[in-house]
Amino acid sequence: MILEFVNESLPLIAKNSPALQVTFPMLLAILCILTRNAKTSFYITLVATAFCLLNSIYLYESTSNNGVISYHMGRWPPPFGIEYSIDQLNSLLIMVISFFALILMPYLSDSIKDEIDKNKICYFHCLFLLCLTGLLGILSTNDIFNIYVFLEISSLTTYTMISMGKDRRALSSAFSYLILGTIGATFILIAIGVLYILTGSLNLTDIADKIEIIESSNAIFGAFAFLTLGIILKTALFPLHIWLTNAYTYSPSFVATFLSATATKVSVYVFIRFLFSLFGYELSFEILYIGKILIIFSVAAIIFGSISAIYNPNIKRLLAFSSVAQMGYISLMIAVGTYLSLSSSLIHIVNHGLAKSLLFASAGAIFYRTGMVRLQNLSGIGKKMPITFAGIVVGGMSLIGIPLTPGFVSKWYMISALAEEQLYILIAIVLIASIFALIYVWKVVEYLYFGKIVKENNNIKEVPKAMQCTILALIFVNIYFGIFPELITESAKNISKNVLGF
Amino acid sequence: MLIGFFIVVNSHNLIKKLMGISIFQTSVLLLYISASYVDDADIPILKEGVEQYVNPLPHVLMLTAIVVGVATIAVGLGIVVKIKEEYDTIEDDEILKKDLKSFADIEKAETKR
Repeated sequence: MILEFVNESLPLIAKNSPALQVTFPMLLAILCILTRNAKTSFYITLVATAFCLLNSIYLYESTSNNGVISYHMGRWPPPFGIEYSIDQLNSLLIMVISFFALILMPYLSDSIKDEIDKNKICYFHCLFLLCLTGLLGILSTNDIFNIYVFLEISSLTTYTMISMGKDRRALSSAFSYLILGTIGATFILIAIGVLYILTGSLNLTDIADKIEIIESSNAIFGAFAFLTLGIILKTALFPLHIWLTNAYTYSPSFVATFLSATATKVSVYVFIRFLFSLFGYELSFEILYIGKILIIFSVAAIIFGSISAIYNPNIKRLLAFSSVAQMGYISLMIAVGTYLSLSSSLIHIVNHGLAKSLLFASAGAIFYRTGMVRLQNLSGIGKKMPITFAGIVVGGMSLIGIPLTPGFVSKWYMISALAEEQLYILIAIVLIASIFALIYVWKVVEYLYFGKIVKENNNIKEVPKAMQCTILALIFVNIYFGIFPELITESAKNISKNVLGF
Repeated sequence: MLIGFFIVVNSHNLIKKLMGISIFQTSVLLLYISASYVDDADIPILKEGVEQYVNPLPHVLMLTAIVVGVATIAVGLGIVVKIKEEYDTIEDDEILKKDLKSFADIEKAETKR
């Protein structure tokens, strides 16, 4: 229905929608700087994110009905020109990221006034729109060098946004993220270079066709290794996760909320794309054993992340370590490599984004009112800020995997996938990590609600209406997808079928 | 590439780390450009009477990569300027000491309550 309406009345937008998805926020970002006013640039950002969400819904409907959309930039045919290829995997993630960008807009308008100088807010809006451009570009494009360019666009804007936090440690964490992120992206560039030298083409589907010819050469193992290393760094998997904990703790609250839901997930998408669509299942899992290697890293991430989260007194750092653990779940499911496990990893990508953005939004709301993040100082604050506390409870329930929240749905699929492969040790690890999640979520809930109120916090009121709006909307979406998960699970299963090729 | 990586890991000065990153990225540029070389070929500008040109595509891709490198170093240097304002030093071991000191100060202030 939406499809026919847009196709008939707005043919220009319909024909060019993949390109508009990426370029519209980019152009509006420049417009944001030209109007030096914080309020006008906020409205411009709102328009950009609203357009992105509507366009992504159109793309999703379009690919569900018509199959893969292939858009040639500048009408140059694919091996010579850049091609944007939107299939079901892309369009689901584009829709999810545009949805997060739009739903966090009311939160942005209030929370940023506390942390950034009023004259610089328009620059922050510009950076946010450029980051959104970069993330959407990585998801849309079918050209491997274009993936690197958009990856660097989103990373550079992320480094700058993180450095704008109030605490001075935001600067040193932004700098260390810059160094590590650049090394990771350069490794990915080396992998892209080796693939280009071997096949002479930069188009993903073109290289995938030529993979059988070059499969036996040793250079492709080098490309695979560099790519995996770069991706492990960008998704903050166990040994290379240090940047994430510092970056999410000291950055502005909005930045942590948005990035925890989107940035690492997009890198996981790049990995899925390269593993399954470019290298192919046989090369990645049977010849190169990526499954076994990645299982070890993922298990280490899950255990280490959950245990570190238990012992942390800073609420934001606790949530950051919890993010490391959840990314471990996602990569564990990719490493197992079956149809059911890949679909459970896609479901968890969406559900974890919902839960973590709600948790970081609530933690940021508490920081906005009290200025403190250590749990001892925040005891009893749940009674004064009921809506924020409800957000923490629902998000925490989703992390543990209690029924009625999306976390339960994704844990169910994960355990079914592991049981089908008879990997009982991994089932035990997933359940033990859920118990650890229960420990740290309960620790937060007990301090915030059942503690005695610290004297300085006696006059704390609830957060402004706009931030309440976002938190309530995220709670509603969480509970809705906990009770009716069909939209996500059916898409994930279809995508998994397409990606694995049956 | 390894020289650049060694500089990043081993040096304490933040600006030297950024220089290491720059050397690290230069090695990747050389990887692509070396792949574009063809024996007995001329530079990729249309001329009369030339049969074989060097492959121009990696040159173009590396122009983009150079720009990305410049932008990264620019952002890095901006952050280093702000670090100097806030911490009064750009040696990373001293920055770490000052960070640990602020952790310790916060702990002391809270245990006093």
